[in-house]
Amino acid sequence: MNEGTQPVPQGTRPLPDGRPAISDAPGPDTPAVIEARDLTARFGSNTLFRHVSFDVRRGEVFVILGGSGCGKSSLLKLMIGLVPPAEGRVGILGTDVWSTEGAARLALLKRLGVMWQQGALFGSQTLLENVEMPLAEHTRLPAAARAEVARAKLGLVGLSEAADRLPSEISGGMLKRAGIARALALDPPILFLDEPSAGLDPITSAGLDALIRDLSRSLGTTFVVVTHELASILAIGDRCIMLDKEAKGMIAEGDPRELRDHSTHPTVRSFFRREAA
Amino acid sequence: MGVTALADGSVALAAPGVTVREEAGARILALSGRVDTPAAAALWPRLMEEARRPGPPLRLDLASVEAVDTTGATLLLTAAAAGARIEGASPGVTAVLDRVRDALAAPRPKLVPYRFSPLHGVGRRVVNGLAAGVEALAFLGELLFVALATLVRPGRLRGRELLRHLDEAGTRAFGLATLLGALLGVILAFQSAIPLRQFGAEIFVPSLVGISLLRELGPLMAGVVLAGRTGSAYAAELGTMTVNEEVAALRIMGIDPMALLVLPRVLAGMLVMPVLSLVLTLAGLVGMALIMRLLGFQMTTVAQQLVNFVSLKDLLGGLFKAAVFGLAIAFIGCRAGLGAGRGPRAVGDAATAAVVGGIVAIVLLDGAFAVLFERLGL
Repeated sequence: MNEGTQPVPQGTRPLPDGRPAISDAPGPDTPAVIEARDLTARFGSNTLFRHVSFDVRRGEVFVILGGSGCGKSSLLKLMIGLVPPAEGRVGILGTDVWSTEGAARLALLKRLGVMWQQGALFGSQTLLENVEMPLAEHTRLPAAARAEVARAKLGLVGLSEAADRLPSEISGGMLKRAGIARALALDPPILFLDEPSAGLDPITSAGLDALIRDLSRSLGTTFVVVTHELASILAIGDRCIMLDKEAKGMIAEGDPRELRDHSTHPTVRSFFRREAA
Repeated sequence: MGVTALADGSVALAAPGVTVREEAGARILALSGRVDTPAAAALWPRLMEEARRPGPPLRLDLASVEAVDTTGATLLLTAAAAGARIEGASPGVTAVLDRVRDALAAPRPKLVPYRFSPLHGVGRRVVNGLAAGVEALAFLGELLFVALATLVRPGRLRGRELLRHLDEAGTRAFGLATLLGALLGVILAFQSAIPLRQFGAEIFVPSLVGISLLRELGPLMAGVVLAGRTGSAYAAELGTMTVNEEVAALRIMGIDPMALLVLPRVLAGMLVMPVLSLVLTLAGLVGMALIMRLLGFQMTTVAQQLVNFVSLKDLLGGLFKAAVFGLAIAFIGCRAGLGAGRGPRAVGDAATAAVVGGIVAIVLLDGAFAVLFERLGL
């Protein structure tokens, strides 16, 4: 990859004709692609979190942090419109996730990619067929082109050689990467990743982090990543929010490195210092 | 795709932001805007055709391309592989192109050439079949061993599990068995009454239906019910446990899955089948009596006929067969489940194997019993 030799500069880097390139690093005035307002999630009478509000800016890697059981994955499901929030609203690319239906909803869904915690690959199809499925469903690519495009996506996550294998025949780390390849199928501007590095070895996990950063820099893809892997948070996160089980809500927001060095909140401090609370 | 000649002599394709021009004998195809997935899908056939056309190589001018996504980059690189030359890409576009170029250059899976070889296929089937037979035998042996060990120390039998399976395989199937039995009795009586009437022998309908139900149809139909309801459920349940590595976890905890999972199910199948068969047979006899009543016979006549022609031997033989069928069905269901492969399809395959295997097995066993009973003079 050329990323090491040609670092992409931060800030606005206009193209020769003066238009801003999509690969610009996000700044404070970058427009928000996801707006979450006053979100509350409940399971029966059990409130997971309440009044969570934040913006995800275009092109950034936005990390949702927190310990187990604090509602990170539930927040992700609220954001993609899979589970209705008890209160509050989510807007993605200017559309309210819960008030769109039919064609508008489909158009929104085509602009999202989701990597599920367990991969959620279709078990009876090879990896190549898994990646081809959204292409076949939502584009007019000819069949041969589809296979070539699907191979390219698998190549991006380093799975070219496993293209003909079934999900049951590959390892856990490969499943996660295949999940990302399928999420990438339609090159969505926003990708949601649920615990991409949980249960992976440090090398594979670092490879995934590099991939996320490269895609974010070179394609301008916005990432929303749920994780509690410290190394990965610091490596990829542009901004983060932290949920807490005790506080039943958001306890921190900002640059993860800033939070690590300057936060005064005891839970945030112990999280970043890996101390028992 | 439509092609329009523009005022300056260049030609525009009816696709977003594409112009073709000739310059010093070279064909230059200039793209502009975003080459994203929908644009790539629309452009693909035309661009490939242009790239493959004989003559001077096509030059792809990307100077006014704002951005490409990975699908767009795949299109451009595929065209480049077909002979086109890429020029004028901005650094942002070049970065994506480089990334996708690396991705496409990665080694691909080796194609295993398919060779048609019927002899090889037949041989492999025979060897696999024999191996499966040996495995089934080993499974049966293991089960027998566990059963004997439980016989020595009955406390080790999981009573609660056994009761649960007796309920699920037995009492919950009584309604279905009654319905099927009654319908079977009605149909048999009605159909056999028609030819027998020609000889004035309708009076023999009860003995005919009685013997067929007690000896053959009762156990067989109960077996079909058990294979469909319970054999498939065993295979699906144990198959899911196998796929989720729960069975491996049990083994490593020092708990024998044979004793915990298989033995209660097989025992339940064996114990429940005679009862199921009896319920089905009795319902069938009631259905038959109903038809006889409609044909104008007295109940006492029907009962007398049954007593004269049907013996306790017929009933006991049928119930014994039913027990063996139950054992076979539960055994095949459990074995299919524990032998499941990986992935979601494995569970479906196991359930299919359980039902098909169960029904084939009871028919084969029934044939064996027919010969056996004949030789033993039963």
